[in-house]
Amino acid sequence: MNDQSKIEAAKGFPLPSSLKVAPGTEGAQAAYPYYMQFGEGDDERFWFYNSMHFPEPMHHFDMVTAEAAYCALGSANTRVHVLPTTKGIDYRVINGRVYIGGIGVTDPAEIEERVAEFQQRAFYYYEHWEDLYASWKDKMRALIQSAQDLPVPSLPKYEPLENVHAGKGVASNHYLLDTYQRILEGYFRMWHHHFEFLLLGYGAYLTFFDFCKKAFPEITDQTISRMVAGFEAEIFKPDEEVKRLSRRAVELGVDHKFIDGASAEDVIASLEQMGESGKAWLDELETSRNPWFNVNVGDGFYHYHRSWNDDLSLPFAAIPGYIEKIKAGENIDRPMEKLQAERQELIEGYRELLTNDQDRAAYDQMIGLATRVFPYVEGHKFYCEHWFTNLFFNKIREFGALLAEHGFFDKEEDVFHLTHYELEQVIIDLMTSWSNGSAPRGIARTRAMIAERQAAIKAWEPLETPPALGPVPDIIDDPAIVMLWGITRENLDSWLSAGEEDTGNELRGFAASSGVIEGTARVVKSVQEINRLEKGDILVCQVTNPTWAPVFQKIGAAVSDIGGSMSHAAIVAREYGLPAVVGTGNATARIRDGQRVRVDGGRGVVTLLD
Amino acid sequence: MSNAISWFADIGLADRPTVGGKGGSLGELTKAGIEVPPGFVVRTEAFEAFVQKLDAEEPLRALVEALDPADLKTAQDTLEKVRARLTGSELPAEVQAEITAAYEQLCAGRGDIPVAVRSSATTEDAEDASFAGLQDTYLWVIGAASVIDYVRQCWASLYSVESVVYRRKQDFPESGVAMGVVVQEMIDARCAGVMFTRSPTTGDRSVITIEGAWGLGSAVVSGEVTPDRWVIGKLTGDISVRDISDKHAEQLPRASGGIEEVPVPDDRRKQACLSDDELQALRAIGRQCEKHYGKPQDIEWAVERETGKILLLQSRPETVWAAKEAAVAPVAAPSDNPMAHVMNIFGGRR
Repeated sequence: MNDQSKIEAAKGFPLPSSLKVAPGTEGAQAAYPYYMQFGEGDDERFWFYNSMHFPEPMHHFDMVTAEAAYCALGSANTRVHVLPTTKGIDYRVINGRVYIGGIGVTDPAEIEERVAEFQQRAFYYYEHWEDLYASWKDKMRALIQSAQDLPVPSLPKYEPLENVHAGKGVASNHYLLDTYQRILEGYFRMWHHHFEFLLLGYGAYLTFFDFCKKAFPEITDQTISRMVAGFEAEIFKPDEEVKRLSRRAVELGVDHKFIDGASAEDVIASLEQMGESGKAWLDELETSRNPWFNVNVGDGFYHYHRSWNDDLSLPFAAIPGYIEKIKAGENIDRPMEKLQAERQELIEGYRELLTNDQDRAAYDQMIGLATRVFPYVEGHKFYCEHWFTNLFFNKIREFGALLAEHGFFDKEEDVFHLTHYELEQVIIDLMTSWSNGSAPRGIARTRAMIAERQAAIKAWEPLETPPALGPVPDIIDDPAIVMLWGITRENLDSWLSAGEEDTGNELRGFAASSGVIEGTARVVKSVQEINRLEKGDILVCQVTNPTWAPVFQKIGAAVSDIGGSMSHAAIVAREYGLPAVVGTGNATARIRDGQRVRVDGGRGVVTLLD
Repeated sequence: MSNAISWFADIGLADRPTVGGKGGSLGELTKAGIEVPPGFVVRTEAFEAFVQKLDAEEPLRALVEALDPADLKTAQDTLEKVRARLTGSELPAEVQAEITAAYEQLCAGRGDIPVAVRSSATTEDAEDASFAGLQDTYLWVIGAASVIDYVRQCWASLYSVESVVYRRKQDFPESGVAMGVVVQEMIDARCAGVMFTRSPTTGDRSVITIEGAWGLGSAVVSGEVTPDRWVIGKLTGDISVRDISDKHAEQLPRASGGIEEVPVPDDRRKQACLSDDELQALRAIGRQCEKHYGKPQDIEWAVERETGKILLLQSRPETVWAAKEAAVAPVAAPSDNPMAHVMNIFGGRR
């Protein structure tokens, strides 16, 4: 029985207990920590597949991203701000896929008690938002600094003499464990910072959103987000830096070195041979890289979503296009004043459409709060999911390199096939072996584990993943689930009926940016393929986030598997006047590379034309 | 007599008592700089002169005023004769001359051009359903003589049984009965339809809904063809709904006058009848009308086949949602503590 027929038979979603671990991957499944495994009681609860954050099977190490994030999200909701009707998010993993379920509060007495707590806490945050956010940035910068200060893990043959003479008294092997534990601790801590304001921010936004939907029943989501969204957030800076570098290339007369399709390494090598002007530009590049190229090309949940700093393909792919525009006399600066004026015009325009003074007064209050909280909602990602996350994964990669050097792995990336517990064991194995001069004990064992995990990921990739599991709830009243995942009862109904109706040649997603355009689809699965994009192509990718912005100048439209209408990608697409449909679920699977497609960003529809 | 007709450019809504609502509205649009097919109104003074001429020959208004609304049989017989007199009698010479001259001016040396002849009621309640029959429209009328015939037809509709019975029940003085008649160049429409500057389904004032189909707008207004439908953000221009329908037929002018319905060739049936640029141009016109009148509008439009020019045939205040709106409670009240609004989301009160 396939998943679909199971769904129909039960008039609901399959039960967790009915899901089978893919044959041959039992060992890999069992290696995830016990608290992530489906078990007793789970069939009675509703779960949904978090395809938004975890669209691909999870490497064992990468599960730490779910673990740390949900620990922090739950504590913020349940214990810190005490959200009245919702607690945290529980999660499970099967066949590498992450299912999550919200824990609601339904007892009226408990809600009442929590309302009183919530108001003392959340209202304080709203009231002191700017100050608290300013100190939040200080905390994040300090955390990032502490991660940057950690040493590269290494084991010298003999302890350096100066350490001995200084009476250090602690040998190098200890610092492997120390560094590992510190970076892991920092990562868990980062997520607490991440959620310090997030739900409160989304809540204020959603309050305004709800009001707009009631006052203007046919308003589009993207219009509401345009009224609230800012343009000033840090996450837009990387693209600005690419523009700045393009301008500098023209000013320094090195622009001819940037040829469409040339690799970043080749361009850098040719600039290095250019003397003064080439060096001047490379210095500018260094300035931009720290910190602004600390953005990864995904959303921060996979170790292989590398940052611009680790892989310069994306920014370098964009530079020739910008140079061409600059030389043609085009202004590539973001028209900040115009964007702000347009936003203000929208806010005032919709205000005028309201029919009574009461609504206008309430509208003013709600938009006031929403715009106040939004800089955090937009700004936090740069520090958390990008900058700190890059430092974290790269530090783990350094351990990978060290362990590969000692024979545990073929290559440093293999380290991500171990859970963070297993990695600690291997590190201690290496520490022991270094300390007593014997061979590490776990080399063969670890290599076998890596092989098992590699095979499992391959086996899991093509498996159909039911969108949800367990009994269908009557209503989805969990503000966290609604806010963060946009899941409503209507979504569930459409998931339940998926497959019943032939969707034919159409894909549906969020209408992120208006406009209709036809073109050739380029299914880009990784940033290394960026160079395949030609002018006017339709970019089809898994996640569009602001770090893809630099290529928006040359493409005709963007389509993604994942993302919501208030995503940065939507904002950037609108600025570039580019039709965009995000959150289609499966565009990268259903659209063929080279296929003709039509993108209607106003309706959120992609039509396959051949 | 020198005031039997007025050109659109010279009149406005304030002239309703003498040119009727439709005529006043077309004048108002013209003044606001919105393009409408050119034309003129046969003013109530012309009607008055005609009725006075008839009254002088043989009592007419007194006869109507004496009718008993309970005695339908007598009313039917009497009104049939009254209507025959109106449609069958010569207009006062000056009136006839003025209308003929205005028509010729409209033709501007292009030979006899087709026009629409439509009644234009002078009172608000005359647009009411109880005045059914007053909304006469005659399309594709060619030649001055025909124009005058249909002007008389419009006037005669004032003496339909329903209209007179209604007036008699209201004890409305017959001396106050009047009507304007709009004579307007017919345009051969590539496509035509309606536009509401709010949602007809939800009343949402932030969107503009446009419906249109191939050919003349009569196919859309009469409901004989399922039109294409778009919903556009009034302020943003975002097109959030595009329902392109199968438009099996279109109404076109018949060479001999009048209109005919013909099947739409297969290649055009499922093709959108408006481009995005035209939709945006319509949106701009809709906003301009709404701004001019200060309230949401119900608009008829057409795209001229030869020139691709968008013309408005009518713009009037939307009434259905306007009436509901007065009774609707505000969505939310302001709060002493602006932060308290978030309890709608967090407090389990959704």
